Amino acid sequence: MQVEELPITIKTDQTKNVIQIKNLHKTFTDREHEVLRGVNLTIKEGENVVVLGKSGTGKSVLIKCIVGLVAADEGEINVFGKDIHDLPEKELNKMRIKMGFLFQSAALYDSMTVRENLAFPLQRSQKNLSAKEREAMIVEQLHNVGLEAAIDKMPSELSGGMRKRIGLARTLILKPEIMLYDEPTTGLDTITSKEISELILSVQKKNKTTSIIITHDMECAKLTADRVVILKDGVIVAEGTYSSLENSQDEWVRSFFNK
Amino acid sequence: METAIKDLTIADEKIVSKSAIGNYLKEAFKSVGEITIFGGRFFKELFLPPYEFKAFFIQSYKIGNKSLPLVAITGFIMGLVLTLQARPTLAEFGAESWLPGMVALSLIREIAPVITALISAGKIGSGIGAELGSMKVTEQIDAMEVSAINPFKYLVVTRILATTLMIPLLVFFADGVGMFGAFVGVNIHNHVTLIRFFHQAISKIAFIDIIPATIKSVFFGFFIGLIGCYNGYTADNGTESVGKAANTAVVMASLTIFIIDMLAVQIIDLL
Ligand SMILES: Nc1ncnc2c1ncn2[C@@H]1O[C@H](COP(=O)(O)OP(=O)(O)OP(=O)(O)O)[C@@H](O)[C@H]1O
Ligand SMILES: [Mg+2]
Repeated sequence: MQVEELPITIKTDQTKNVIQIKNLHKTFTDREHEVLRGVNLTIKEGENVVVLGKSGTGKSVLIKCIVGLVAADEGEINVFGKDIHDLPEKELNKMRIKMGFLFQSAALYDSMTVRENLAFPLQRSQKNLSAKEREAMIVEQLHNVGLEAAIDKMPSELSGGMRKRIGLARTLILKPEIMLYDEPTTGLDTITSKEISELILSVQKKNKTTSIIITHDMECAKLTADRVVILKDGVIVAEGTYSSLENSQDEWVRSFFNK
Repeated sequence: METAIKDLTIADEKIVSKSAIGNYLKEAFKSVGEITIFGGRFFKELFLPPYEFKAFFIQSYKIGNKSLPLVAITGFIMGLVLTLQARPTLAEFGAESWLPGMVALSLIREIAPVITALISAGKIGSGIGAELGSMKVTEQIDAMEVSAINPFKYLVVTRILATTLMIPLLVFFADGVGMFGAFVGVNIHNHVTLIRFFHQAISKIAFIDIIPATIKSVFFGFFIGLIGCYNGYTADNGTESVGKAANTAVVMASLTIFIIDMLAVQIIDLL
């Protein structure tokens, strides 16, 4: 099970680096073992990067560090050229409005209807919208995830897959410049998974969104990835295009692709 | 199953061993310290815009709406029971006309604030603990944070303010209903008109009796909100921590109510 450690290539072409993570470390105090042990990752504007890795390797922790939900112990996270750890709360909030975050658990507000779930962040980040415009945006987003009919339902009345899609709609409605998807297709059937993957792709095309997509769904990875990275034991151990990793020399890397 | 049994025996050992008592004290002091910091953050965020007026009104309405029936029933029973118990003693001295005034005094000064606060600790404090705890566990609080909504302001500040406002109002309500209970109690044995009853009651109450009780109630309300929010907002991950948050909120708030009550008695004595 030898895994080659890839050297971090510094990219010098014209496209902007939107997210730049250097030597990121994170240990949770109540647990002894270090979850992230020096992650280096650079993501360019408009790029879709898929993160693969076994359960519990710290994929969710990695993207939580990027939005500042989890504070890193060591290392640097630059988003749009600013280190998010140095940002005062006001600046950080401005940054967060530009970032969308789909939680692994969807994290719908369970005291609100689906409509209110979508309206709540919208009302607060775009104060000058009229009620009519807001409603139109909500309906459009729900249409994109195929759930207009659920608009008046409470989250407790929805299935797991439906919640996930509502969570996605709630995030996409703000038209973020960066999207962090935590397992967008988990718990969905193959057809809906494919639709969601296509939605992710169309969002990337339409808004030039830069995305990190954590997934175990190889169909989704294949469809959406410009680049795939594999996380293992707190570091990135392999990096490349989908097809290059699929045909990797390394058996362990190939095992992700069912090969 | 096995781990549950193991946990039990560990807990039993803790109660027995002396260092465990030290640990409990340490935990208690740690909680007090953390709640103080949490309360400090409340005062800091309270004065910084944006203000969440709508959420505050919704919370106040919910609190009032939730506890009104309970407070009404207990208030009525307290007034009635106090009257029935005090009557024989007063009758012996032929001082039955003092009954309304005496009951009014003990209701307003002590019974109504403490009972209302304890009921609210059970009903509202635990509700807040469970609600915020489950929002924490299911990452709803994180979701607010990443959409640049300040969850402390939206969830915590509004709730603490609402309990601080509503508990004193509920206490006034309990005063009124309790007095009605007392009126019914008096009328079981004697016939007294409502007007005469209240006349007798009010003649014994001075304005000075209402002020300390109201101040006390404000503190009760503040701490019920603060403790409920603290336990929910800082809940660990995992569903069992939701129950723990609710439970701890009730225990801590009830204890705090008695401590405040004791301090209040001392302070009023000094004045
Ligand atoms: N808030 C936290 N407190 C303590 N430990 C945590 C916390 N969040 C995550 N961890 C630990 O960090 C490790 C990585 O968790 P993470 O959720 O990032 O895994 P993951 O790669 O997303 O797995 P999955 O594919 O199952 O979602 C786990 O061992 C987990 O126990
Ligand atoms: Mg995860």
